[in-house]
Amino acid sequence: MIYADNAATTKMSEAAVKTLTELIGTTYGNPSSLYSFGQEAKEVLEQARADVAEAIGATAKEIIFTSGGSEADNQALISAAAIGARKNKKHIISTKFEHHAILHTLKKLEKEGFEVTLLDVHENGLVRPEEVENAIREDTALVTVMYANNEIGTIQPIREIGAICRKHGVIFHTDAVQAVGHIKVNVEEDNIDMLSASGHKFHGPKGTGFLYVKKGIALTNLIEGGAQERGKRAGTENVPGIASMATALKESVANLNDYKAKLTPVRDRIIAGLSEIPHSALNGDAVSRVPSNINFCFEGIEGESLLLLLDDKGIAASSGSACTSGSLDPSHVLLAIGRVHDVAHGSLRLSLGEDITDEDADYIVKSVKEVVEYLRGFSPVWRDLVAGKTAFIL
Amino acid sequence: MALYSEKVMDHFRNPRNVGVLEDANGVGTVGNAKCGDIMKMYLKIENDIVEDVKFETFGCGSAIASSSMATELIKGKPVEEARKLTNQAVAEALDGLPDYKMHCSVLAQEAIEAALKDYEENGKDK
Repeated sequence: MIYADNAATTKMSEAAVKTLTELIGTTYGNPSSLYSFGQEAKEVLEQARADVAEAIGATAKEIIFTSGGSEADNQALISAAAIGARKNKKHIISTKFEHHAILHTLKKLEKEGFEVTLLDVHENGLVRPEEVENAIREDTALVTVMYANNEIGTIQPIREIGAICRKHGVIFHTDAVQAVGHIKVNVEEDNIDMLSASGHKFHGPKGTGFLYVKKGIALTNLIEGGAQERGKRAGTENVPGIASMATALKESVANLNDYKAKLTPVRDRIIAGLSEIPHSALNGDAVSRVPSNINFCFEGIEGESLLLLLDDKGIAASSGSACTSGSLDPSHVLLAIGRVHDVAHGSLRLSLGEDITDEDADYIVKSVKEVVEYLRGFSPVWRDLVAGKTAFIL
Repeated sequence: MALYSEKVMDHFRNPRNVGVLEDANGVGTVGNAKCGDIMKMYLKIENDIVEDVKFETFGCGSAIASSSMATELIKGKPVEEARKLTNQAVAEALDGLPDYKMHCSVLAQEAIEAALKDYEENGKDK
């Protein structure tokens, strides 16, 4: 199998598996216990915190471990909203193509009286910093913009947006789930106040993640209970999982240059190959893009049938088609960059892993070409397009 | 547990009666590309018998499989029988569909109904 769905989840690294399996058997003490066996677990936990902090240019006290990216996103937004509400600031700026962990939390905050401005991401899938600045008001409590988009891989001008937020004294959060461990992220240089990340997106275990919170920003608890995580996230810490995530992150960050050098040409090879398919289009900017991501729309076909046939050919990928989500609408990300429904249903996301080869890339291109041609062969939509009864969009 | 039954996958991978029927005397199209499913049914009816049937589908795996199964269920059958085809019959013949995919079988039923209506209104003299 060629696993090309690394934006969904990644294979754990050998070192991360080793850390997890060793600690799960040996270091089962409760880090909150005072005897030395518990304190050993505490040491492992705090070393992981220091490692995670170092990987993103933060200090250990600024890291809160969570169950994953979604929890971190929820806590960041709810915390910033609470800070804003205390100063009667109830306006939040975000974008149309955020992850649902952000968008659904914003919906909840809207019901609680917050006003949300969702910025356009334009055809190339990039937020424009000047539009962030124009949207900031006296009562803006928070700006939250994802670092890299999970579907189309576009990397946002985070540093510029962060600088604007600093200038206006607005808290800036970024959902960096698809960025941390994949591209260089430094919370100091990037002017970030809060950042969410997820362990299983960079070869760590599922059920792990963290929230970076700049010193001085008060967090609101989502989970009440014990005094773990400086009283900001109750529940006995998943020590083996957290340590394993830290192992994976250290490794990924140390390897960033090689990762980029290896994946970028393979990514571009696939993009060039798929561009040869008539009436297709790359989704998202070709340059400001994570090295692993390829996302295309093919006119006249539907994404789920494309995925199933690629699966038969041993390729695991994903799509923004409605049929793959169980809803009637295709991906909100593709709609946000201006793809109409008809075209958005025929999308394919490939997210590569480090083990991809040029041969794999060529096999993927060949397979997608075959399947698209096959499906178009009995698509009434394609027939009408070719016959000139309807106009091509792509 | 796979997403679909073996039968759905079989009809999806090897769709029966796929293509265009040049001498069809009843043609029906249902669905729209905005929702991600379009089915087109071509019927050749002679002496009140569905002598031949073909389909074209833009849609997901279960939409393609539902179209394929629906054509099998009416091919060679009297028009009266074809008219009675229900979406449940299509879904059952496929050994079931996931709940959120049942609309695919509805679409197959409606495509056949639309093609029969076209035959009644326009095709009988062809």
